[in-house]
Amino acid sequence: MENRLRVLRAARSWSQQDLAERLEVSRQSVNAIETGKYDPSLPLAFRVAELFDLPIEEIFVSPSRRSSKAI
Amino acid sequence: MVARTPAWKRYNIRVVWLSLVYAAFLIAAVYGFKHQLVPGALKYFVAVLPALPIIGIFGAIGRYLVEEQDEYIRMLMVRQTLWASAFSLSVATTWGFLDNFRLVGHVDGYWIAVLWFVGLGLGGIYNKLTLGEAGC
Repeated sequence: MENRLRVLRAARSWSQQDLAERLEVSRQSVNAIETGKYDPSLPLAFRVAELFDLPIEEIFVSPSRRSSKAI
Repeated sequence: MVARTPAWKRYNIRVVWLSLVYAAFLIAAVYGFKHQLVPGALKYFVAVLPALPIIGIFGAIGRYLVEEQDEYIRMLMVRQTLWASAFSLSVATTWGFLDNFRLVGHVDGYWIAVLWFVGLGLGGIYNKLTLGEAGC
């Protein structure tokens, strides 16, 4: 799933490891989510949103909205 | 192949202990049978002894999947176990038919467990190839 995680992380000058520690997950998890290779569960997506103090939809791009834009 | 999470460390400790128990049981069983020290029905119990820690390792993998708090790392391990099951069952089924038609020699059943662990490694390679740096 497309997302702005890398941009939000970079804006705070956090490394993937920094973000991983704040979310209590592995660095590999952060890498997989940032690169769109893994879609986080809803609880993890909420943790990400709460960490950045943003609504989920401002971090993760809804796949259905993305495809409707393409149409 | 998996990130060093607390659950992974506990899993590794369990596997090391179970491997040591396996070695001890195997040596004891082979020695007992070789020197005809095992009487009657006890033979069944002694013969099964080396299998118990291997079954324990399968249990340790299940426990790891329950204990792993990192959902992504857990998913990687699930993918590996699926690979392991598909690989070992495919080879065992293929070999079984070849054996049935007397085209290959008979192989002891416990090799399926060995194949399963080989499959676990192949699953780790698959994770790495398909997910790159995120594949651990």
